[in-house]
Amino acid sequence: MTELKKISSSPHVRQEDSTASIMLDVVIALLPASIMGVYNFGISAFLLIVICMASCVASEWAFEYFSKRKITISDFSAVVTGILLALNLPPSLPWWMAVLGSVFAIIVVKQLFGGIGQNFMNPALAARCFLLLSFTMSMTNFTYDAVTTATPLAMLKAGESVDLLRMFMGSTAGTIGETSTAALLIGGAYLLFKRVIDIRIPLSYIGTFGICILIYALASGRGWDWSFVAAHLCGGGLMLGAIFMATDYVTSPITAKGRWIYGVLLGGLTFVLRSPWNSGTAAEGVSYAILCGNLLVPIIERFTAPKCFGKGAVKHE
Amino acid sequence: MGLLTFKGGIHPYEGKELTMDKPIEVYLPKGDMVYPLSQHIGAPAKPLVKKGDRVLAGQKIAEAGGFVSAHIHATVSGTVKCIEPRLSSGGNKVNSIVVENDGAFESVEFHEMEKPLEEMSREEIIGAIQEAGIVGMGGAGFPTHVKLSPKNVDAIDYIIVNGSECEPYLTSDYRRMLEEPEKVVKGLEIVLQLFPNASGIIAVENNKPKAIQILKEKTSDIPRIRVNTMKTKYPEGAERQLIYANTKRYVNSNMLPADAGCIVHNIDTLVAIYEAVYMGRPLMERIVTVTGDAIVNPQNYKVLLGTGFQELIDAAGGYKGEEPEKIIAGGPMMGKAIISTDIPLVKGSSAILCMQEDEVASCEPSNCIRCGRCVAVCPGRVNPSQLAKLAQKGKLDEFVEQDGMECCECGCCSYVCPAKRHLTQTIAATRKSILASRKK
Repeated sequence: MTELKKISSSPHVRQEDSTASIMLDVVIALLPASIMGVYNFGISAFLLIVICMASCVASEWAFEYFSKRKITISDFSAVVTGILLALNLPPSLPWWMAVLGSVFAIIVVKQLFGGIGQNFMNPALAARCFLLLSFTMSMTNFTYDAVTTATPLAMLKAGESVDLLRMFMGSTAGTIGETSTAALLIGGAYLLFKRVIDIRIPLSYIGTFGICILIYALASGRGWDWSFVAAHLCGGGLMLGAIFMATDYVTSPITAKGRWIYGVLLGGLTFVLRSPWNSGTAAEGVSYAILCGNLLVPIIERFTAPKCFGKGAVKHE
Repeated sequence: MGLLTFKGGIHPYEGKELTMDKPIEVYLPKGDMVYPLSQHIGAPAKPLVKKGDRVLAGQKIAEAGGFVSAHIHATVSGTVKCIEPRLSSGGNKVNSIVVENDGAFESVEFHEMEKPLEEMSREEIIGAIQEAGIVGMGGAGFPTHVKLSPKNVDAIDYIIVNGSECEPYLTSDYRRMLEEPEKVVKGLEIVLQLFPNASGIIAVENNKPKAIQILKEKTSDIPRIRVNTMKTKYPEGAERQLIYANTKRYVNSNMLPADAGCIVHNIDTLVAIYEAVYMGRPLMERIVTVTGDAIVNPQNYKVLLGTGFQELIDAAGGYKGEEPEKIIAGGPMMGKAIISTDIPLVKGSSAILCMQEDEVASCEPSNCIRCGRCVAVCPGRVNPSQLAKLAQKGKLDEFVEQDGMECCECGCCSYVCPAKRHLTQTIAATRKSILASRKK
């Protein structure tokens, strides 16, 4: 009798995509925004991106090594967290704060809850808010061409006019990755093309927020002020948030219906938190909106559980 | 109108190009024939022969062990060598009748139909089918005479012929539709005769345009039969999805297709019905696709039941280079990996698939990243990732509450999972244990 063959339960074939290939696609999709960030803000932006990536991967390795878990740095998820965090930091941030943020993101937000797939908040965003609360001055000190400048949203709130073309290309003050709408859209198109993300969350998020801003523009007597709406859409990290942060698998709903609801909710929350009518509050709203949204995901999922095939089917007589 | 289909599903590599243009070849076995007494759902058959008896092809050698059971017939002439447990494709040992093939293929006499089909009564037709030992040949092996005896005959609206062959690599049904469409159509006419209110649907995926065309030609003058074109997608041929695609009726795990006014038959089953009713021949042969990247000359064979897997693999030129890492009885999505080729072909064997590499073995499962792909592809519209988590935690009540029992084990979730989790396997194992505990 010949040697026994390998057996396993069906199915016996698998799709090629893996967690690592998906994360690598996200890294690729983040390249245009990273490159534009470095182009707009110079070497300090480049260094921050490298520092965040390196310290995220190093903290993941160290935690898993010392807690005797399986090392998962080869799935590239820590790299993604590192880049996303860097893109959410102002280019002038001291390097050690970036390291601190990375360690917080990986160890506190991700690993302490069980590693990849188990965190209930987006690690990069949670780290950003952690830094924002801890080092408010450094985290809100936005420079462009080595001069401290107001972000386009802050200028909008102050009633000043903004240059839409510059906002589209990214040559404005802001965090490293949020300013270039064009680069973010290219990355988003890549993710959609590769079917890494689906359109539901970005579309419902951006759509809802756009509608809210338009209604606000009408209600506040601006009339059909499209450049005001466009400036709000391009500013304040909305594109970065809607395309890359809100679509994070782990912290967004798993069903199609849930994703629509989640996007609409984020759009509304962002509008409220950004409160364009109140010139005193911070211009930022996206990060907090998404973190709030993350916390609501279990509730959304409870109400959007899929209805199984043939449920309630009646017998034909 | 768009193509008929259902929501969800996947498009795995088809692999059908290996054998789809290869005409059916008849293979006559040389070695011993093995007839497991349990090739069907229901009670095992009881042997009618003993060691040393001479049997002829077509002779009934085991009779049904109850109503839900089926007869088994010898397919060659020879001597009964022994009746003993033999390895089956399920991996377990099944009591089997072993016949030493004398190579003469001497057969009993078959009695052709004596009167036209229209004059045959329901009992006569079902009797012929039962006598021939026919079971569903798509794999599950449900005895056909039972399927054809629903509570209310008049409530059956559709007889659906499953020509989708959505499993990758399989081309046996396709070749049958191309080469013997008359038998398929006649088989369907026999079944329609049993159900006065039913219309016949032959449902074929649109990757088989030649089969669709030829079946349309053969049925153009039969008003009760139509040929439906379905979208090429796995699992289009899963019973519930097939019924939905063609009739928009839903069947769940608490129902039989008959409860939705439907009865579904496999292509080969209809041919067997035709041969039983018109020619008086018992179920003795089927079409088997021998294929995979490890096979020298992939082929479709018409094979006598009981032939050994290894004989067929040798007939197809054997293996390319080294021994294949994995051999599967059936297709790659729902087929069973086998530990040895020393097993016989049975009524439900549709293919022997030999793969050089076992791609699943190299996939190590990691944490779920909640990408939602399993939910998006699940034809049963459940949440596989959630069900697998509940199954692993042993939360069986919640598993049932969240419709875990509606899973049809098609394998789509495991196929798409980027974290390579064994979703289908985990859910299937839990379903089995729940079903087993319910029987107690």
